[in-house]
Amino acid sequence: MKRHLISAADLSRADALLILDTAEELAHLADRPIKKLPTLRGRTVVNLFYEDSTRTRISFEAAAKRLSADVINFSAKGSSVAKGESLKDTALTLEAMGADAVVIRHSASGAAHRLAGWVQGSVLNAGDGTHEHPTQALLDAFTIRRRLASRSRGMSAGSSAPGARGAGLDGIRVTIVGDVLHSRVARSNVLLLSTLGAEVTLAAPPTLLPLAVGSWPCAVSYDLDGELPKSDVVMLLRVQQERMTAAYFPSVREYSRRYGLDAARMARLPEHAIVMHPGPMNRGVEIAAEVADSERSTIVEQVANGVTTRMAVLYLLLSGTEFPEVAQ
Amino acid sequence: MCAATSPVAGRDGLAVLDAEEIRRALTRIAHEILERTHGGDGVILLGIPTRGVPLARRLAARIGEFERLEVPRGSLDVTMHRDDLRLRPARALGRTELPAAGVDGKTVVLVDDVLYSGRTVRAALDALNDLGRPRSVQLAVLVDRGHRELPIRADYVGKNLPTSQREVVHVLLAEVDGQDAVLIGDDGRQP
Repeated sequence: MKRHLISAADLSRADALLILDTAEELAHLADRPIKKLPTLRGRTVVNLFYEDSTRTRISFEAAAKRLSADVINFSAKGSSVAKGESLKDTALTLEAMGADAVVIRHSASGAAHRLAGWVQGSVLNAGDGTHEHPTQALLDAFTIRRRLASRSRGMSAGSSAPGARGAGLDGIRVTIVGDVLHSRVARSNVLLLSTLGAEVTLAAPPTLLPLAVGSWPCAVSYDLDGELPKSDVVMLLRVQQERMTAAYFPSVREYSRRYGLDAARMARLPEHAIVMHPGPMNRGVEIAAEVADSERSTIVEQVANGVTTRMAVLYLLLSGTEFPEVAQ
Repeated sequence: MCAATSPVAGRDGLAVLDAEEIRRALTRIAHEILERTHGGDGVILLGIPTRGVPLARRLAARIGEFERLEVPRGSLDVTMHRDDLRLRPARALGRTELPAAGVDGKTVVLVDDVLYSGRTVRAALDALNDLGRPRSVQLAVLVDRGHRELPIRADYVGKNLPTSQREVVHVLLAEVDGQDAVLIGDDGRQP
């Protein structure tokens, strides 16, 4: 594993499987009376959030605390950033305070990469602009594996235990629907899921696909209804109105009619298929309320899996040494 | 566990226990556990991954054979409680699985393959502490090779094996390695 987690592309298949397997073991912790491990005692994790976030920040905070790390939360509102302090100066301040890991969410793509050049500790990208959100992709992969691993190609019929260790997502068909252009979740998921062997298809209006989508390891379709019967997983993306600077589709209602998942569309899915959403969702736009609350929706499960997956990432990045020869 | 997990160097080491001797040692330990716990009532066998787990399974099977008693067993991963995490690259986790009844008020017998520095057992005691409050904790190991760094002692020992610290002890078990043997070899480092 590298020292930082900036992009899902940094993870090899072996790295990704190690994270998922570690998360699988840590998931059992939730059933125990004491949900805490002493592993990162004395380590400091800083949550550096320049953009609003509920679940990612809380999830990272819970993950770090369950590993006994000290957590410092920093949000741009009410800090010196409001007085005009630059990212670099904030980074140097954190460095001086001895942060072992910095979890950063920033509205500028590449902010996490820049930060990694300025601090000694590990940098974990918790979403940078429209670029990447690798831990979201990891928790999505973990959720898919727990639900569908027994369907993955190359798995023997007998080993249908949830999230069987070492299994990839080979042959699982994932359709990612919606605002791919502004979505860091989509990019990270395409990279990670294809690394793990899944077949990813993007279904979106042409205006909401990035220019370079041809170079991504996935297929592209404009016809959601045609893709649904072939999908094992449908992942819906939020329509990110706050990042939209132009008219990408005529009206929200038209978008919802063509690309929103309602009960009628859900009925076209195969029996075993699951519906995912990274949250926060716009009920009635990309997902109908009855779909969000249905049995097939893994939205709440994804949040729980987020804590476990982030614990695995923090453990693997922070607990060991980079220089095994020093230990001797 | 310390010296026994890397299967790379030592397959050609000197055999100190063969399959028959391992079988006899486990049979004796199973009898000793029954004797010491007055019939095995309230006993739970917890294996420490990797090779403690099949050893615990074998002991449970023996006890079942002798006394027609089903001893609950499980596994206890100690990785997250180790004191040397920062000295080595991050390692993969093993599985912790407890019997449904939990460990509260029970006599827990920890099972591992090699007892060396005692640090794995210390980590296991810490891990156990977070899972409940056993009435007592005992330790069973297949090989005690000495060189303790902590005040820890095994209650049941398959074989006491005086070693030098430059030597490596490998326990091979059929469930993991395809054969049963205990090998001792040189670790290849210069003295």
